[in-house]
Amino acid sequence: MSKVTWQLGTVVSIVPETPHVKTFTLRLPNWTPHRAGQHYDLRLTAEGGYQAERSYSIASPPEQTGEIALTVELVDEGEVSGYLFEGVAVGDELEVRGPIGGYFVWRGEPSSPPLLLVGGGSGVVPLMAMLRHRQHLGLRTPATLLLSVRTPEEVIYKTELEAMAKADDSFTLLLDYTRQAPPGWTGYQRRIDAAMLAEVVSRFGESQPQAFVCGPTGMVESVANGLQAAGLAPEMILTERFGPTGA
Amino acid sequence: MGIFTNRGFQPKRPSNPKLPPGQYETTDFPVLTAGPTPRIALTNWEFRLEGLVEAPMKWSWEEFNKLPMQDFNPDIHCVTKWSKFDTHWRGVSVDTLLEHVKLKPEAQYVTEFSYGGYTTNLPLADLLGGKAFVGLQYEGQPLAPEHGGPARLVVPHLYFWKSAKWVQGLRFTAQDEPGFWERGGYSMYGDPWKEQRYRDDDDDQASAGSIRL
Repeated sequence: MSKVTWQLGTVVSIVPETPHVKTFTLRLPNWTPHRAGQHYDLRLTAEGGYQAERSYSIASPPEQTGEIALTVELVDEGEVSGYLFEGVAVGDELEVRGPIGGYFVWRGEPSSPPLLLVGGGSGVVPLMAMLRHRQHLGLRTPATLLLSVRTPEEVIYKTELEAMAKADDSFTLLLDYTRQAPPGWTGYQRRIDAAMLAEVVSRFGESQPQAFVCGPTGMVESVANGLQAAGLAPEMILTERFGPTGA
Repeated sequence: MGIFTNRGFQPKRPSNPKLPPGQYETTDFPVLTAGPTPRIALTNWEFRLEGLVEAPMKWSWEEFNKLPMQDFNPDIHCVTKWSKFDTHWRGVSVDTLLEHVKLKPEAQYVTEFSYGGYTTNLPLADLLGGKAFVGLQYEGQPLAPEHGGPARLVVPHLYFWKSAKWVQGLRFTAQDEPGFWERGGYSMYGDPWKEQRYRDDDDDQASAGSIRL
């Protein structure tokens, strides 16, 4: 049993993922295995005692022992993300506690139903932890990631996702560009809608996939409704929403 | 842990005494739900009081809307760190509802239960004395489904997951029975001012042992 107490992690790497997204990898003195989809709370403390806290999804799989990767999107006026982007360097310490969250998780049991992952923007982060976990386990549970972004430069983990799709024919990567697609793009280029979801669900044939949906509130709301319209039972749809708020 | 500070970190926003520790103010109304939003037809809607009561009570939508309503303007605090000040609700005080049942003396706790299967627990005392209401309107409009409409329990002095969306009724119990998030390791009580986010933050956690999240 682990207690969810604050600990000081050391930043061991900072990797830019997109112009507004970076992954911070922290080595933790009291690391415990997490489940794919869980998050950590991160707390900043100013001289004088003022504290600000945010929750960040874990991008790394539990197989990456002793450390956690937190992928953070820079938010306008973001008090915490702004400091992380500008004030934090490799070697610095950051206070975190976790892993937290028992619902939006994928345990990677061999008997799990097929996976339908639907992400909007940085909503891909907990879904990536699931895909990395699946890859480490060597599972061939059919999995599809439908990832909606505005422009090609906003695809987080693009190289890794494309490599994963190339190496594993039980994994399907469906990118959807809502504002600007790469030249010659023949895939989806509109906001995720009911017709798109019906098409994606139909790829699973008779088997009901377990859906994980993560992104901004409006997107998650419409995807959860669309998946039900496409025939998924409500209990097969798990959601995690990001409010459109400063973070 | 000793006093740790993040070098160069400065508050970007003026401090606000209305803001509990670790929270930030938002003017949006974010949504946090574990699954799809249930759609509840008003013709089938009902609200029930059950459990440790002499006789259970239930109202249809029409009956419920005839109960005396009040305006409430609470500040609300979500465990995901946002707080929203001076929200405008209209609804029925839990005190008003309880005038219609006689509680058994052993009723000390309440499980709020919802369409869609959500539950959350809290002490009975936290619903009494004007501290809680069933909200039917938000900012002058019928409460939207994603925010818990047609009706949501609102208990603003606790973290907002204690305010069950799509509420279907209250079950009175003798023991504090953990609800949906509470079984997943969240606080049994959820006082934002004590920052009781998780079970390990509860006052009694030393004796209760820790729960793995």
